[in-house]
Amino acid sequence: MKHAASFLRAAVLVALGGAVGIASADITVISFGGASQKAQDKAYYAPFSKATGVKVVAGEYNGEQAKVKAMVEAGNVTWDVLEVESPELVRGCEEGLFEKIDFAQVGDKADFVPAAVNECGVGIFVWSTALAYNADRLKEAPTSWADFWNVDKFPGKRGLRKGAKYTLEFALLADGVPTSDVYKVLATPAGVDRAFAKLDKLKANIQWWEAGAQPPQLLASGDLVMSAAYNGRISAAQVEGKNLKVVWNGSIYDVDSWTIPKGSPNKADALKFIRFASQPENQAVFSGEIAYGPVNLKAVSAIDAKVAAGLPTSPENMQGAMATDTEFWVEHGENLEQRFNAWAAR
Amino acid sequence: MSTAVDTSAAVPLPAEGDGTPLKKRLRRAERRRNLLFGALILPLALVVLVAFIWPIGSLLTIGVDNPEIHDNLPRTLAALEDWSGSAPPAEAAFRALADELAAAKGSPAIAAIAKRLNRENAGYRSLVMKTARKLPLDAAVPAREALIAIDAQWGELATWQAIHRAGGALTPFYLLAAIDRVIDADGNIVAAPEDERIYVDVLLRTFWMSLIVTVCCLTLGFPVAYLMASLSTRHSNMLMIFVLLPFWTSVLVRVAAWIVLLQNEGLVNRLLMWIGLTDSPIQLLFNRFGVYVAMVHILLPFMVLPLYSVMKGISPVYMRAALSLGCPPFRSFWKIYFPQTLPGIGAGGLLVFIMCMGYYITPALLGGPKEQMLSYFIAFYTNQTINWGMAAALSAVLLAATLLLYMVYARYLGPTRVKYMKAR
Repeated sequence: MKHAASFLRAAVLVALGGAVGIASADITVISFGGASQKAQDKAYYAPFSKATGVKVVAGEYNGEQAKVKAMVEAGNVTWDVLEVESPELVRGCEEGLFEKIDFAQVGDKADFVPAAVNECGVGIFVWSTALAYNADRLKEAPTSWADFWNVDKFPGKRGLRKGAKYTLEFALLADGVPTSDVYKVLATPAGVDRAFAKLDKLKANIQWWEAGAQPPQLLASGDLVMSAAYNGRISAAQVEGKNLKVVWNGSIYDVDSWTIPKGSPNKADALKFIRFASQPENQAVFSGEIAYGPVNLKAVSAIDAKVAAGLPTSPENMQGAMATDTEFWVEHGENLEQRFNAWAAR
Repeated sequence: MSTAVDTSAAVPLPAEGDGTPLKKRLRRAERRRNLLFGALILPLALVVLVAFIWPIGSLLTIGVDNPEIHDNLPRTLAALEDWSGSAPPAEAAFRALADELAAAKGSPAIAAIAKRLNRENAGYRSLVMKTARKLPLDAAVPAREALIAIDAQWGELATWQAIHRAGGALTPFYLLAAIDRVIDADGNIVAAPEDERIYVDVLLRTFWMSLIVTVCCLTLGFPVAYLMASLSTRHSNMLMIFVLLPFWTSVLVRVAAWIVLLQNEGLVNRLLMWIGLTDSPIQLLFNRFGVYVAMVHILLPFMVLPLYSVMKGISPVYMRAALSLGCPPFRSFWKIYFPQTLPGIGAGGLLVFIMCMGYYITPALLGGPKEQMLSYFIAFYTNQTINWGMAAALSAVLLAATLLLYMVYARYLGPTRVKYMKAR
């Protein structure tokens, strides 16, 4: 009789355990992959699983909002947490693709850089698109986008991201527009013409790239002498022993954010994950793994001074840098990308 | 069928057993057989309908669908119905717009309206969003003054013309844009501004690149197929494995392999420099050359296999006869053998050409912007900008071009035509 009771109790426990196992399901976290994902795994995914018992299934995408849209519209959302760039965050939030996030559940707004606080998103890190070059191949270091355009002084192919975003800004910077006026100029038809005219001058020397992993590889192999690149990718290549350098002057920084696709079945766990990833100690670990700056201001003091000097958020690197104008790109992105495609295909 | 009718007309057939004439019974049996065949292909027909024709049809309707303004601003559009377009619209239109924007505020509908109007003129998105934030209006104040106070653009004719223009349930906008045409302010179809024209060139390029790849595949594939058809079975099987082996490897893997081979520090360039043909690396990647090489490599089996199957069926007797009658080797090949391979050339050529027309991954990875074909832009609009109307319109253009091509093929090189040429 006693045996039977304990057997029953054990059976109930097993059944309950099973039920609990189902309740705390895995969450799927989608990022842009590569070196950044590796750092996220170390700083966020693995510690979060350890702390909460919720397993993180990591996936990657290339920023295609179409996938999110299709998922949300079909009512079959398999992604729980998603890394997005800022224009996509604004657009997706307005179009109802993302869940609204109650920031009180994540942390104190005052602790974060302003761009990290959004209706549907929470910042992950500050990243930068900057001029990078192979120091083994160039005798003299370039210092600005004007040098990037100077084919006589620095002969060889240059890499730019295949798209209007950043490319047009860099063209205007090279043409002498001060950082504070770039978006003002680009908002006028004459300014757009000016940017494309400047690009025309370099067109024969440009090699276009699409994935962030390409510039460091092409720079290291010698296919390119200079390239616009994501600063974290360059620093990852530096760690591997490649002599690549970043020119912070004229770099453009932006914030990548976490968001939750609308209708995610694990919204509570997803929010817990975002909260975990926003803690200063975890953000500091992330910045130590890859040279992207923290969005939680409290993390700054926890970062090693040597590491901090290589981040887009360090005061010296911020000088001469500019922030991307999200509103501008949400508004003009479609037209400018269309014109860019027409221009590039010619 | 026709022979059966002919004989029955010539010789009256005797009626059997139940008195039905043989002709009638024949027809009945024929009908039964057709029904049976129909039942047999029914599952396939259903699959084609559900998985192919219906999705493509609904995709194409996206290319003319224009619900954003039509569904979300119905009262404003109704108020604009009798509007001349040359003077500011009546107060009723302002009021309707203010009410409808206020109702859409905070929902995806406002984003849809803003996105659609922004396509008419970049800048209207923020106009709509900014206005919606300051709504609803007090019912007592005149809507016209209030909207113009929020933003002066509401007082401009162009803004209202844009709403009016974008208000139809269907739109030719995307289809016209897919052939570089736009509708101007007066409602005429005109060529797009020069710096925005792109798709006609891209379509011509798609045709041209597909043609080059097809010709290369034919030139390389014909001798291989001929060799395979004339060798002993053991040797030809060996060759067949070589043809099929790359066929079984993932396209992505093969493309990546070409990147390794062709890059500046790649094997090909190093070999060229080592034997002294060149001092500095030649650009082999991210241009037409790299794309052609990889595409020909990937599509070659699709040319070799149809050619081989046709050549295998050609009896060697004809060639021997021609040679023994004193016809020179090349002439007998050209006059006797080659015409018999035409069905294989037609099938292989069509297969390769049509596959090329829709090629995406190889040009995307190995080409620069000047090598991108139409499917690249379809993917761009589908994934990057989520402009599915434009993606659908470009798909329609590609589909129409492919169908047109098939019709030309069927007319001049199709099975019936080739049979006719043989008979002659």
